[in-house]
Amino acid sequence: MLQIDEKLCIGCGICEDACPFGAIEVVDGVAVVNETCTLCGACVEVCEVEALSIEPEGGRPVQADIESWRGIWVFCEFIGGELAPVATELLGIGRKLADDRGAQLGAVLLGHMTGDSAQTLIGHGADVVYRVDNPALELFSDEIYEKIVSDLIVEHKPEVVLAGATAVGRSFIPGVATRVDAGLTADCTRLEIRAEDGILLQTRPAFGGNIMATIVCPDTRPQMATVRPKVMKALPFDQNRSGEIIDVAAVPRQLTSRITVLESVSEQQARVNIQESDILVSGGRGLENEQGFELLGKLAEALRAKVSASRAVVDAGWIPYPHQVGQTGKTVAPKLYVACGISGAIQHVAGMQSSETIVAINRDPDAPIFNIADYGIVGDIYEVIPKLIDKIEEKRGI
Amino acid sequence: MKIVVCIKQVPDAKDVKLDPETNTLAREGVESIMNPYDQHALETAVTIKEAVGGTVTAVSMGPPQAEAVLRQAISCGADAGVLVSDRSFAGADTWATSYTLAKAVEKSGGADLIICGKQAIDGDTAQVGPGLAMRLDIPFATCIQKIRSVDASTIVLERMMDDGYDVLQSGYPLLFTVVKDINQPRVPSLKGKMKAKKARITVLSAADIGADPGCIGLPGSPTQVVKVFPPEPRGERAMLTGTVEEQVEQLVDKIKPYLV
Amino acid sequence: MDRFLTEEQQMIVDIARQITDELIIPNRAELDENHQFPREILNAIAQADLMGLTIPEEYGGFGGSLFDSILALEEFGRGCIAVGTAFAASGLGVLPLIVGGSDEQKQKYLPAVASGEKFAAFGLTEANAGSDASGIQTTAVLDGDEWVLNGTKQWITNGGEAQIYLVVAMTDKSRGPRGASIFIVEEGDPGFSCGPKEKKMGICASSTTELIFKDCRIPQERMVGRKGTGFITVMKTLDSSRPGIAALAVGLAQGAVDTAVTYAKQREQFGRPIIGFQAVQHMLADMATETEAARALTYTAARHIDAHPKDMSKASSMCKVYATDVAMRVATDAVQVLGGYGYMCEYPAEKMMRDAKILQIYEGTNQVQRNVIGQELNKEYNR
Repeated sequence: MLQIDEKLCIGCGICEDACPFGAIEVVDGVAVVNETCTLCGACVEVCEVEALSIEPEGGRPVQADIESWRGIWVFCEFIGGELAPVATELLGIGRKLADDRGAQLGAVLLGHMTGDSAQTLIGHGADVVYRVDNPALELFSDEIYEKIVSDLIVEHKPEVVLAGATAVGRSFIPGVATRVDAGLTADCTRLEIRAEDGILLQTRPAFGGNIMATIVCPDTRPQMATVRPKVMKALPFDQNRSGEIIDVAAVPRQLTSRITVLESVSEQQARVNIQESDILVSGGRGLENEQGFELLGKLAEALRAKVSASRAVVDAGWIPYPHQVGQTGKTVAPKLYVACGISGAIQHVAGMQSSETIVAINRDPDAPIFNIADYGIVGDIYEVIPKLIDKIEEKRGI
Repeated sequence: MKIVVCIKQVPDAKDVKLDPETNTLAREGVESIMNPYDQHALETAVTIKEAVGGTVTAVSMGPPQAEAVLRQAISCGADAGVLVSDRSFAGADTWATSYTLAKAVEKSGGADLIICGKQAIDGDTAQVGPGLAMRLDIPFATCIQKIRSVDASTIVLERMMDDGYDVLQSGYPLLFTVVKDINQPRVPSLKGKMKAKKARITVLSAADIGADPGCIGLPGSPTQVVKVFPPEPRGERAMLTGTVEEQVEQLVDKIKPYLV
Repeated sequence: MDRFLTEEQQMIVDIARQITDELIIPNRAELDENHQFPREILNAIAQADLMGLTIPEEYGGFGGSLFDSILALEEFGRGCIAVGTAFAASGLGVLPLIVGGSDEQKQKYLPAVASGEKFAAFGLTEANAGSDASGIQTTAVLDGDEWVLNGTKQWITNGGEAQIYLVVAMTDKSRGPRGASIFIVEEGDPGFSCGPKEKKMGICASSTTELIFKDCRIPQERMVGRKGTGFITVMKTLDSSRPGIAALAVGLAQGAVDTAVTYAKQREQFGRPIIGFQAVQHMLADMATETEAARALTYTAARHIDAHPKDMSKASSMCKVYATDVAMRVATDAVQVLGGYGYMCEYPAEKMMRDAKILQIYEGTNQVQRNVIGQELNKEYNR
């Protein structure tokens, strides 16, 4: 609870300004705290008369055997007969964390007919692979995966467990965290070991990405996190790396599930919902031909974005109507809108002007799109975009 | 069938921004709304109730003002609202939140079906649904995009996967979380709004639900926020100059915050 | 401006507004282009309990006042008056039942309309009887225990989509004003059919057809009220429904103002947004002011009618004639403000202008309205 010493408080209001949540305000010359306080301590830090303090109230004791939890683990998703790319990405960051911590990097592999995947994981940095290969694991099941992974955690006591923030990871890992009474941070974009005490610092976006937060789990083990795919970098495969593969036999109790998977359906074409995408790469008549959208598709991939379009190119048949932005198309408000070869006529602008950041690339320096763009490049799409893709991939370290 | 829908009152996240200079959340003019995913969860619950009969109870853990979203739920078809509210719940992370909700559900007599939105648009964790199911020892499925069929004993669902979907079959009790594709939430009805206005919202405190103080609120939360900061601040308006390589270099630098 | 609504009235506005913003506005262009009846939107309106706003509670409705109904109509009008007309026409269709029907008839038909299960339509107009309603030629002759209807109604809103038709037919030509009666004709009645949908200048999503009666036989119980009360009921009905049209007009005008101001702030010419130019500003000022005046008159008229149901005519005609003339002016000006873009189908202004014209014509032309007001003034000043 936040304690306010009314005798010390001078009602200056510095705490009110410092509070990120609007939880403290000065009323009748004294600070008063309300329900939205998250005990982040920002006000305590800034109070010049030390009138504020956070007193822990009961609460959980520090986990008794905390020191005996060692090792960095990565859950390596194996689905549709192959390793998910996020698995090796996580081994990349896992390796660094393990080295910083002076601990072992373990991989947990669940699946059926996993073949030489375990060896692949070792080649990408794992010191040990706990492999559970069983026909019951062919299709993903929340209950089965949760039981197996929870049991492994309880038995081997890793201090950190990471998983990809994929449909699978975001589904069953919270179940694991609840089972083993661990703190779990979702969808992290940055991970590092805090030098002074070896604790994992987990950074992630909140409020739809409008703020970033760094989280720790000081008193519980394991420290768990799901990690956003395509953010971390996998280490190059080293076939000379050696490691241990431990085959773990699943027991019948773990292999039961109250939910039955009737079938698993693969859909090649992702649904087009440009209104849900954080980033849009949009093409207009300046692309000059239909093939321009292939190039934009590559840029979209590099940015993890969706492709949208102006009305002109939809009418020309270069891309279907669900991608259309504008007066007669959809209204979008992504975080980043990259307008390529779009002139910026008012009908189009009406559909995207609420975008947080607008980038425009157009051959015509007088194109009206530059009036609303935050960053503009006057140039040839076919020259600029390939270079842009390269630069982005370079920045990502791909 | 006894259906419970978990609902959260959230600030309209798209309007919430951190002022990079003062590091404060600019909350002026930011509305409090029902978490959009929870609107879809509620619609799912009411539709199931209309198909197989039963009751829909909306449950929310929040401060006193969260009562508004419970009333909104009633105006859209829920039969009753339960607010789980206590100062000691403040600062709860998803572990403590799922503990609190589980206690509240148990106290209210349990449920055959619990439906949640996939995630809240402020925390964005998508963890409370599964956590709640685990504590109640009921099976769960996340990201449900379609109900294929439902009757008094069985439900068949489509669960969204990264590259397609799985078809799942389950009995009850069951918890599932929904994505927006599943339906179009109905507009409140006039009778619903009037019912909501007169409705008595049950308020449960920590003591009412028999909560262990060590498991709720900030003290009960294994995760702690140590820092809150804005994503990298945006630059000014600029036409980028130089060679193509130089322009591209500058551009990527400017859009770096989006490269996650 | 503050409209000083009660909490309950505000609920009606909020729900209607949500329906307009979420369902009507995003779909109106497509419905208009495809001449498509807005069935899904009407279903949503019914689910929100607004379909039965003025149907008495005992028959499954909300039991609301005329004022309550115009609040909803104004919001729908802001979205699309084709949808608003379909909604209003169904209400108009059952009004004769509410005004003059027997309890059995009300029990039989009103709940289905309130729930949205069925729609209604009002059949008065004919090729030779528009403003001069007394010139109708559709006949109803009693044959045993059945009425036999012959004739053709023209331009009936919701024709072909409704299930319940309230039809005015001559039962005794020789009795002049007491020669007509009202009948309930149902979809499927033998000898009753609807013509094809008319192509219109505007409100294309609204279904307008002929109603064709060729020895159409209906049970005796289908007559509404006493024989010969047809025209009286019609007068009462139309007097009550005119403020609804005024509300649609206010809504359309508001939508036009919204569109024009939004555009004028975005569109830059000569180096600045055009709203900065006085010529444009003055147009917008007049548009907005007239819309508020139309709203004020409509609200006052509706409240007056609710309080003084026997003194409806002048108030009813005044708000109808004024608001609809305003709507036509404001919509035309909105197109002008948008300039070239106003003429293009890409923007909603041209549809508003095309739609607005009918407001001055149906439910009694604005010329007839002025007649009514003139006659009322004459009566008023007799004392």
